[in-house]
Amino acid sequence: MSVAIPSSPARDPAGSFGAGFAWSFGRDLTLALRHPGETMLVVAFFTLVASLFPLGVGADPQLLARIGPGVIWVCALLAAFLSLPTLFATDYADGSLEQMQLSPHPMVSWVSGKIAAHWIMSGLPLTLLSPLLGLQYGLATDTLAVLALALLLGTPTLSLLGAACTALTLGARGGGMLLALLALPLFVPVLIFGAGAAEAQATALSAAPHFSILGAALILAAMGLPFASCTAVRIALD
Amino acid sequence: MTATASARSLEGRGLACSRGVTTLFRNVSFQVSGGEWLALRGPNGSGKTTLLRCVAGLTRADAGEVHWSGEPVKSDVSRFHADLLYAGHLPGIKDDLSAEENLRGALALRGVAVPGEAIRAALTEVGLEKRRQLPARRLSAGQRRRIGLARLSLDPAAIWALDEPLTALDDAGQALFSRLLARHLERGGLAVLATHHDLMPPPARVLRIEP
Repeated sequence: MSVAIPSSPARDPAGSFGAGFAWSFGRDLTLALRHPGETMLVVAFFTLVASLFPLGVGADPQLLARIGPGVIWVCALLAAFLSLPTLFATDYADGSLEQMQLSPHPMVSWVSGKIAAHWIMSGLPLTLLSPLLGLQYGLATDTLAVLALALLLGTPTLSLLGAACTALTLGARGGGMLLALLALPLFVPVLIFGAGAAEAQATALSAAPHFSILGAALILAAMGLPFASCTAVRIALD
Repeated sequence: MTATASARSLEGRGLACSRGVTTLFRNVSFQVSGGEWLALRGPNGSGKTTLLRCVAGLTRADAGEVHWSGEPVKSDVSRFHADLLYAGHLPGIKDDLSAEENLRGALALRGVAVPGEAIRAALTEVGLEKRRQLPARRLSAGQRRRIGLARLSLDPAAIWALDEPLTALDDAGQALFSRLLARHLERGGLAVLATHHDLMPPPARVLRIEP
């Protein structure tokens, strides 16, 4: 069937996953670079809070090494949570979300792109910073590596879980508080196995089981949660 | 106009929608063919926006179906969305991006590849050539609307579904919109517009929504 309007340039009528993903991923990163304050805030919050603990609990090397992985994980989790509310809310408020839903690309493509961009701006910098912060707690080199690897596996799951929760609170009054109530309990398993990995390494046990569970959680989350986020966004737009 | 263009038609059959316990409209049917535009009229709150969102597929209708070129839209939503350009109350413009970036992004999202010169020419046509590099936050409401006009002039979508497209536009902007609409219809496109204004060319059909 020919196209009615002759001036049609090269276009992809049915849309594709790749194009939708690349569009939202690229745009969210561009916006973040235009306004680096928000990413900086996440990183600054993480650094500050993780640095306050050694000052607060005193310079007992054994105690610090004991609580280090757990504290860093909690700080990373809260920092990642900090940037969640705006993931869909700004696009919802200015009408971009409607335009994305009416694009020919499958909905899950641009939702996944947004989640990936969120991880690049929150989970990835936190992961890269964690070994430095771990030094303040006197963690051994191998423990630092395990800590960073656990964060690398765990933070994408946090972004995926958080995206589904923040999509559910779209358009709700007091969404921020609701988001905390919804998302933080769901982060708990990731926290337990993430912090547990570094702890196991520090106590000369194997971190492998923890990694397996974190990896399995990530695969499950990546397969299911983008679709859940899509459903929640669709309901919010209806 | 080509033969296929006149064969193209957008049809609503027995659409109904309610919000909570209030029924906004029931059993609404319409048909628009290529080269025509349909005016949605009705008092405030009668459901013009909701009907437009139902047609676009943003809001689920309680009953009824939308057909595009004889095929139910449900059978291939992404194909329908590739032919549809919708603009609601919210312009979908990012404050931190410039007019040019906003326009390029909006076109890329719809899978329309347009060369840079065409984008600049369109922005010149709508009177934003000097402001195309400014962040959109520094544009007035009417100027932001004009980004939408530039998008209308570049996007080859066959269907326009626009909600109050003349809001915040000055006389020149309204005349420009009329010209774009006339050009769109000449090319065999069709449009559904919720508007209170009298536009040239006049609507081929008027759909009144009464509460």
